[in-house]
Amino acid sequence: MSVIVSVQDVRKIYAGGFEALKGIHLEIQEGEIIALLGPNGAGKTTLISTICGISSVTSGKITVDGMDIGTDYRKVREMIGLVPQEISLEPFETVINSVRFSRGLFGKKKNEAYLDEVLKTLSLFDKKNSKVMTLSGGMKRRVLIAKALAHEPRVLFLDEPTAGVDVELRRDMWNTVTKLKREGVTIILTTHYIEEAEAIADRIAVINSGEILLVEDKDALMARMGKKKIRIELVTPAEAVPSQLADYSLVLSADGSALTYTYDTNSERTGITGLLNDLQAAGLQMRDVQTQQSSLEDIFVGLVQEGAK
Amino acid sequence: MNFQAVSAIYKFEMARFFRTLKQSFLSPVLSTSLYFVVFGTAIGSRMEAVGGVEYGAFIVPGLIMLSVMTQSIANASFGIYFPKFIGTIYELLSAPVNFLEIVVGYVGAAATKSLFIGLVILGTAHLFVDLNIDHPIAMMCFLVLTCLSFSLLGFIIGIWAGNFEQLNLVPMLVVTPLVFLGGSFYSISMLPPIWQTVTMFNPVVYLISGFRWAFFGQADVSIGVSLGAISLFTLACMAFIWWIFKTGWRIRS
Repeated sequence: MSVIVSVQDVRKIYAGGFEALKGIHLEIQEGEIIALLGPNGAGKTTLISTICGISSVTSGKITVDGMDIGTDYRKVREMIGLVPQEISLEPFETVINSVRFSRGLFGKKKNEAYLDEVLKTLSLFDKKNSKVMTLSGGMKRRVLIAKALAHEPRVLFLDEPTAGVDVELRRDMWNTVTKLKREGVTIILTTHYIEEAEAIADRIAVINSGEILLVEDKDALMARMGKKKIRIELVTPAEAVPSQLADYSLVLSADGSALTYTYDTNSERTGITGLLNDLQAAGLQMRDVQTQQSSLEDIFVGLVQEGAK
Repeated sequence: MNFQAVSAIYKFEMARFFRTLKQSFLSPVLSTSLYFVVFGTAIGSRMEAVGGVEYGAFIVPGLIMLSVMTQSIANASFGIYFPKFIGTIYELLSAPVNFLEIVVGYVGAAATKSLFIGLVILGTAHLFVDLNIDHPIAMMCFLVLTCLSFSLLGFIIGIWAGNFEQLNLVPMLVVTPLVFLGGSFYSISMLPPIWQTVTMFNPVVYLISGFRWAFFGQADVSIGVSLGAISLFTLACMAFIWWIFKTGWRIRS
């Protein structure tokens, strides 16, 4: 896969002096779904806005398909579709006219068959001649997606697409996003729902206070979620991990009162039984045993708190 | 030039006009009729002809200008302010369009609407007074130029405005007084000498004077000066809008 969006050392300082983006580096691969995960005010929307041209960049460079977003803005923007966080639609216009407007605005010639197809995909076809103001909140969100897809973009930005929508619609949205990915559209999704990132993303980028804290393959993160730890408290503190227990890669606490063993819950053999037997054989007496499981949420919260310090 | 985009903006804006066509048509017809009843018949019948032109006919160019200027500002300012207000401006800012295409789309639609209203008023005026247009082509040129230049001004006001009150502030406090004091209902020569001098600082005087010349072949200022003034005003508005899009003033964070 090739890089389709490249963000290099991008800073954004607002007129009041607030630094919303602090030297962001991010490379997005063509055809992937990447989730930008972060709390409110982390800089997710600002980052998207700068790439899409809504907000100016203080310094740094952004390219899309190798083209600069400033000097080649026409070609770049033709490739990009944006679904904003807020439901921003002309209330008195019909769904189809809103979508036609978007297609024309992005320089594409009329193609009613394509627009009908988009509306069908989003279950909006029955409402094509309805005024936007008569639609439910969920339907309006679909109209926003239809408008973003009207000009056949190669890169789609979805800013909190499922904020405030019910579970059923959220699952529908996920299916739509997955379908678009199959059609070759690169999708950048911002969300603060971890389950959303888990459900549909290929990669996850964690952003907080204007900084990217982590960019990682979702499966790798899932594998990290699969790790479990056993903390074994000892009756008598040990000075070092006994040599016969070297294979377990145990970590001795600073005061020697506890050993921590990390294992993979997904593997066939966890090694727990062997460890407990070997601990006894090594003459170590156990006071207590505790287990801990790390989740994506733990990783996320940990990273965000670490970044805030 | 992204013609598809210009056409999309223009059609979208015109659709707003057609949705309220009855109001768009009836409102100017009604207000013009009232002006003619009050100024043309009730007051005008007691007034002398101005430069050989019956007073009822004399006020027609001023009445058209009054409506065209205020409608141009209202249409263009609302056209760009509304997307800002409801948030749909994001689409415009992220689209592959430059400032000229946006301006042509929005200002073109606003100017078309006010041109339509200007022509409706002209037609209504014919029902009340006998009108002879000496220079019809010049009349149309002045009318179109005024629609365009005041739509450009309206576009600037729409971008500047932070709320609906501000949207009405400039038309109410600046434009309407300038239009009323710009010779809509009288000839500058009817004023005392000192006010004749003061009124020459009112840019609207040049527009109304030029427009009236196209109708009756007589003007308060020379036709060349009128044309120069309206061209200068149009260029100044264009330059300001170019600066707005270059800096992102009030539209891009």
